[in-house]
Amino acid sequence: MRIAVLSGKGGTGKTLISVNLAAVAKTSIYIDCDVEEPNGHLFFKPGNIQEEEVSVLIPKVDEKLCSGCRKCVDFCKFNALAYIKDKLIIFEEVCHSCGGCIMLCPKKALTEKEKVIGKVQKGTSDNVTVNTGILNTGEASGIHIIKKLLNNNTEIDKQTFIDCPPGSACIVMESIKDADYCVLAAEPTMFGVHNLNMVYELVRLFKKPLGVVLNKCLEEENPAEKFCFEKNIKVLSRIPFDNELGILNSNAEIAVRKSEKYRAMFSSLLATVIKEVHHETASDSQR
Amino acid sequence: MKIAIPVDEKSLQSNVCVSFGRTPYFLIYDTDTKKSVFVDNGAAVSTGGAGIKAAQMIVDSKASILLTPRLGENAAEVIKAAEIKIYKTTTAAAQDNIEAFIAGKLPLLNEFHAGFHGQRGN
Ligand code: SF4
Ligand code: SF4
Repeated sequence: MRIAVLSGKGGTGKTLISVNLAAVAKTSIYIDCDVEEPNGHLFFKPGNIQEEEVSVLIPKVDEKLCSGCRKCVDFCKFNALAYIKDKLIIFEEVCHSCGGCIMLCPKKALTEKEKVIGKVQKGTSDNVTVNTGILNTGEASGIHIIKKLLNNNTEIDKQTFIDCPPGSACIVMESIKDADYCVLAAEPTMFGVHNLNMVYELVRLFKKPLGVVLNKCLEEENPAEKFCFEKNIKVLSRIPFDNELGILNSNAEIAVRKSEKYRAMFSSLLATVIKEVHHETASDSQR
Repeated sequence: MKIAIPVDEKSLQSNVCVSFGRTPYFLIYDTDTKKSVFVDNGAAVSTGGAGIKAAQMIVDSKASILLTPRLGENAAEVIKAAEIKIYKTTTAAAQDNIEAFIAGKLPLLNEFHAGFHGQRGN
């Protein structure tokens, strides 16, 4: 069972929720797909770390063969190529590894070369297998790292929690593609509603079942809650705004491992999510 | 000598466009013939690497001078590889900037900003 946790921007409690869900489950897999700023490992502090580099294929040019026809330059949708003073310049960080230019060069002057763009790490923290993807700074896209993370963790019998990158770019789509259920984290402000709507639209596009966790809840009216009510979205849990949780979080402690109160809260959230997933699969098979 | 400037409108009185890669037009001014040509910036609508593509256009226009308020690192690499000199514009109109350049009053631009392709979110 794969549960993806998403939010429109960072800092809405996405990591808090996915880390604590993974920690409260009996045995689980946690996958940090926020490859530009992975921080789940700061909470889990996993041991026995194994590392694997991730590389992509990018073009390299043999200047003796290149005729300067510029077909590759015109073709590249990402503008990763320029032809200046009888020389092809390749902007490796801009290249998206589509391979098009290599296929198309009439002089076969372009060939593939491997370039390391980051790495994946696997370690353990008590009951949780912790997976972290790390994209080197300046690299164009973490998609390959996310693919690697998800392919390395395909045991469907284990409860798997995917901490997605913020926003709604294609890297987020990659992260939720194979998820059975999406948990959306939302803050109780108008801006929070805007962000929530953004990811809500994305998840709907993928026709994934979803529910919302309202984070930082206060006594007053919650625009995010109102949004869920209007759109008929299931509210899975309300996490109150309190100091204890804030302190645990800023000390990079996992709340459910420190406090019975939060263990109970996230256990019940997990139970709700599992019930929703089963409900969805049941209604799926009826269709 | 040809001078290239990113401009908001097809006019010598136009403002200099604040974005090199996303400018709608480039003004190519020839100091020998005193003629101006405006070229559409095909890179303005591209999804990424706009600066690189725009820089390629400047190189292809055979300009030897670029006047611009700012320039990204990748575009600067292209421009420099072509040995085009880069000067920093003021907020005045394109024509005033050309005159200021000819009078030797514009400073060289030597700070380039990092690309935006690594930006987070959407
Ligand atoms: S397509 Fe091939 S031959 Fe043509 S410019 Fe590119 S590398 Fe050179
Ligand atoms: S592999 Fe694709 S993205 Fe990279 S330079 Fe070639 S055409 Fe452009």
